[in-house]
Amino acid sequence: MADEHLKTDAPESVNRFLDRFRIDERFPHILCPGCGIGTAMNTVVRALIEMGVNQNELCVVSGIGCSSRISGYLDCDTFHTLHGRALPAATGVKLARPDLKVVVFGGDGDMLAIGGNHFIHAARRNIDVTVFVLNNFTYGMTGGQYSPTTPTCARASTAPFGNVERDFDTCFMARATGAMFVARSTTFHVAHLKKMARLALSKRGFSVVEIISQCPTFFGRYQAMGDAVKMLEWIRDRSIDVSKVADPWVVQDKFVIGVLHDREEVPPYSQLYAELRRLRQIGADCKDLGIPSKVAGTP
Amino acid sequence: MTNSEVRMTNERPATRLLSGNEACAVGAVRAGVRFFAGYPITPSTEIAEYLARELPRIGGTFIQMEDEIASICCMNGATAAGVKAMTATSGPGFSLMQEGIGYSVMAELPCIIVNVMRGGPATGTPTRSSQADVMQARHGTHGDHPIVALCPWSVRECFDLTVEAVNVSERLRIPVLVLMDEIVGHMREAVQLPEHVGLWQSKLIKVPPGEYYHYDDSNNYDSRIASFGEGYRVHLTGLTHRKDGFPTDDPEIIRWNMDRLRNKVDDNRSWLWDVTYEDLGSETVIVCYGSAARSAMEAKRMFEQHTGRRVGILRLRMVWPFPMERMIALLRSARRVVVPEMNQGQLRRTIERSVSRHVPVISVQRYDGEMLTPEEIIDAL
Repeated sequence: MADEHLKTDAPESVNRFLDRFRIDERFPHILCPGCGIGTAMNTVVRALIEMGVNQNELCVVSGIGCSSRISGYLDCDTFHTLHGRALPAATGVKLARPDLKVVVFGGDGDMLAIGGNHFIHAARRNIDVTVFVLNNFTYGMTGGQYSPTTPTCARASTAPFGNVERDFDTCFMARATGAMFVARSTTFHVAHLKKMARLALSKRGFSVVEIISQCPTFFGRYQAMGDAVKMLEWIRDRSIDVSKVADPWVVQDKFVIGVLHDREEVPPYSQLYAELRRLRQIGADCKDLGIPSKVAGTP
Repeated sequence: MTNSEVRMTNERPATRLLSGNEACAVGAVRAGVRFFAGYPITPSTEIAEYLARELPRIGGTFIQMEDEIASICCMNGATAAGVKAMTATSGPGFSLMQEGIGYSVMAELPCIIVNVMRGGPATGTPTRSSQADVMQARHGTHGDHPIVALCPWSVRECFDLTVEAVNVSERLRIPVLVLMDEIVGHMREAVQLPEHVGLWQSKLIKVPPGEYYHYDDSNNYDSRIASFGEGYRVHLTGLTHRKDGFPTDDPEIIRWNMDRLRNKVDDNRSWLWDVTYEDLGSETVIVCYGSAARSAMEAKRMFEQHTGRRVGILRLRMVWPFPMERMIALLRSARRVVVPEMNQGQLRRTIERSVSRHVPVISVQRYDGEMLTPEEIIDAL
């Protein structure tokens, strides 16, 4: 983890809080040298610290995989759930305790393959959580198999002759299924990532940040990309800011970074349900909330 | 079993006509369940329908998830956040929930899973009854762990055993299964529900956050654990963990963790075991559970009236943990044991181990979706 580097250029107060937020006694961590997950974790934690989020009012939920291990290194309520099931578990936490800030970490396999259905429905329901999808294009924990985001033609341990499947656009799906806020950043653009994280964390409702990250141990090795630095250069060279493209949703060969979707907030599920509870006391129901609906105006 | 009496003023002790599914849902509400996450499935759906109406009225939360996997994980999330939570399903959904049940066991999350059994395998017979998930209830998840499964035979017992399930789960901090079946779930009976239900209240946490261990040797059962948002900064994981909740692969701690899970039930089995019986001095004893016990009771009555000879009956209100030592003692004088089940004889082998090998254990099976008739059981007496 690049914490030495971060420590030298960060304000003293942030470092002190960073130390408190991270459980260093849990180190050495399980991540490989050169992995991008530590960078992503530290950057998101910095965003949380800058926003003044109270550790006792924060619940970090994750599934299974390399990026899901983040929950085990943070000093707050942390919930390391089953493979793919971080979002249903986060839904349960948020509905039971709407006052808690709920942040979800997951990898591309965890969030989009085994957890793809849950992702769709958590976005559709507008559960008030912020999801960080760490996309390193592979299943790292199990040794470099191809995932839903492995680019077409990329090699993997289970795609020795190249991947014939088409790869997923995480952000496109998040927007299509109803997310309030969707952004993409990378582990190369750390300052940019922190900005995206802050925007997502301050948005009410379902917000998503896809973080393009390097896995030199597996994805990089199978593509013969070289070490972590070479991979970060690849990410840098392949990234293009959203302001420089006409239509971010049709770019196939680059990572379009920046805020891709930021819609007008609608009340999240937990708030609507709380209002429904109040309405039940006076015998009214959901139609009295005045939400645009296909059955509005019917008895 | 319980150490506090809680009076609910919004429920009056009147005679009500309820189905087993409704009684289960009423019991859950009376026992303090305030969260339900589920997915529609026949024949359990009435439980979800009742709670969808009732929970928002009393400050609770109902959510219909995208599948049963999401349902149990959502329920686990709510439980971790400190709310009494439940889900209800049937065979196919129960299969999907198995990994999540394992998580509840591993993370020690108290919750209720109701399985209104129907015929299987696969989609099987959704609108017919069976008791074919008895072994799945015990061994459905991967890995070693004990499980508690209650098995009501009447509408009133659907209420009572759901309350009991909530209390056991709170006390031992484990998921508790309520194994109903289509007959019990859809049957309507006039019931009088009690004005008071006893609710288990665990001892409060006395240590400050700095000294708190989530899985301390002193809090394996009977004690409260911290929930999310209480300042204890809890870490929950499905990985084998240390007492502070963080994962480990130290063989000594793995053993400690596994023993801890086993001891939850082993240390408490004497009060957990729940059997009712009559006329156990008789030569022939019927061992039964769930709706098959209804046929067995009628078979006993008809047989005794016709022959003048007594037949013993032993009914398991709790099928898991199997009350082995208790059964050995109770069945000591039996010369024949008859086990009527609505499956291909799933519990028969387990019961066989509780009697001498000279005592024949006769399995009466019915697995065509229809209820066992008293005559079928009488044929074996």
